[in-house]
Amino acid sequence: MHEYSIVQALVERVTLEARARRATAVHRLSVRIGELSGVEVALLATAYRTFRERTICERAELEVQTVAARWECPACGRAIGRGDLLSCPACAVPARLAEGDEIMLDRIEMEVP
Amino acid sequence: MCDTCGCGDPSIVPVDVHETILAANDRTAAHNREHFRARGVVAINLMGSPGAGKTAVLEATAHRLAGRKRLGALAGDLATERDAERLSAAGITAKSITTGSACHLDAAMVHRGLHHFPWRELDCLFVENVGNLVCPAIYDLGQDANVVALAVTEGEDKPLKYPVMFRKADLVLITKCDLLPHLPEVQIEAIADALARVMPRPRYLTVSARTGAGMDGWLEYLEEVSTLRRSAAVTVPSDAGPRAASR
Repeated sequence: MHEYSIVQALVERVTLEARARRATAVHRLSVRIGELSGVEVALLATAYRTFRERTICERAELEVQTVAARWECPACGRAIGRGDLLSCPACAVPARLAEGDEIMLDRIEMEVP
Repeated sequence: MCDTCGCGDPSIVPVDVHETILAANDRTAAHNREHFRARGVVAINLMGSPGAGKTAVLEATAHRLAGRKRLGALAGDLATERDAERLSAAGITAKSITTGSACHLDAAMVHRGLHHFPWRELDCLFVENVGNLVCPAIYDLGQDANVVALAVTEGEDKPLKYPVMFRKADLVLITKCDLLPHLPEVQIEAIADALARVMPRPRYLTVSARTGAGMDGWLEYLEEVSTLRRSAAVTVPSDAGPRAASR
C-alpha cells in the first residue's frame, strides 16, 4: 500500500505551496496517474480521504485523470499494441513508453485572502 | 478579495505545478547517486517477491567474490534482521533497514541506512528491497541498476501480471533454475516471451544459487555495470521513462 506514501508526499507538497502563497484553504487538487505508474487510483482515493484530515487539504477534492499506457517506436513512431512484444517490427529497436507512467501533481486550486 | 464582482469572497487561485508527486524522493535518490558515484560504489537495487531467492543470490555472489570485491548490503525487512544476519555470515558487510509496515524502501530510508554504515569502503552496495513485486518499483533509490529476481517456481506469467516492476528492471535473474527438472510445465522460453512484452530491453539470466549455475554471467553483469558507470560521462538514471524525462 504505497498509496499512503504517495498521498503523504502529495499533501506535503501542497502544504508547502499553500504556505508560500499564504492560502487559507485548498479547494481542489488535480493529479494524473498513468496505467503503468504502479499507483492504484481507488487505493489512492481511499488513502487521500484518510490522510487529508487535519491538513490544509481537509476539504479539497481530489480530481484524478488516468492515462493509458501508450508504447511507440522511437524511430518511426509506429504504435506498439497492448500485449505485443516491445520492439518495433519494422525498425527492430526497443519501444518507448510515450505516456502512462505519470504520478503527477498538475494543479492546486487554493483560496488566497 | 475577489476583485471581479466585489462579492467579498476570497479569490480562488489556480496554481499549475506539473511536478511528479515523488519529486522529493527523486531528489534524495539523486543525492544518494551522487554519493555513490563520488566514492566509486556501484549500487544495485535488488527486488523480487518474498522467497524469490534474493538473499541466496547475494550469499552465492559473496562466496564467489570473497577476497576480490568488497560487498555491502542494506536489507529491507518488515520485521526481522534475518536477511542481514545471513548476508553478514556470508561475508557481506550488511545492515537491516527495518521498515515496520512499509512495503518498500524509499530513497530517504536508504540515505538513513548509509549513516553509521561503512559504505564508502565498498566496491558494490546491494540494496535488497522488501519482498514485493509492486511497491518497490516506483521508488528511485539512487541505484545504478534495478535487478529483479524471479524464481522458476513463481510461474511464467508473473511478468505480465506485474508489468510495472518488470518494466523498471535492467536485468531479471531467473533464480532456482536447479529446480527446472522437477517443473516440466515451466519453460524458460515462455518466461522470456513474457518479459519481452513488458521490458523494452529484455535481459535475463538463469541462475542457481545452490549449484552456482549461471553465476558467471551474473558476475560479468556486475562488472559490466561497474565499467559502464566508470565510463559514463553523463548521469543516466536506470529509470529513463517519461516520468524521469519530465523531471
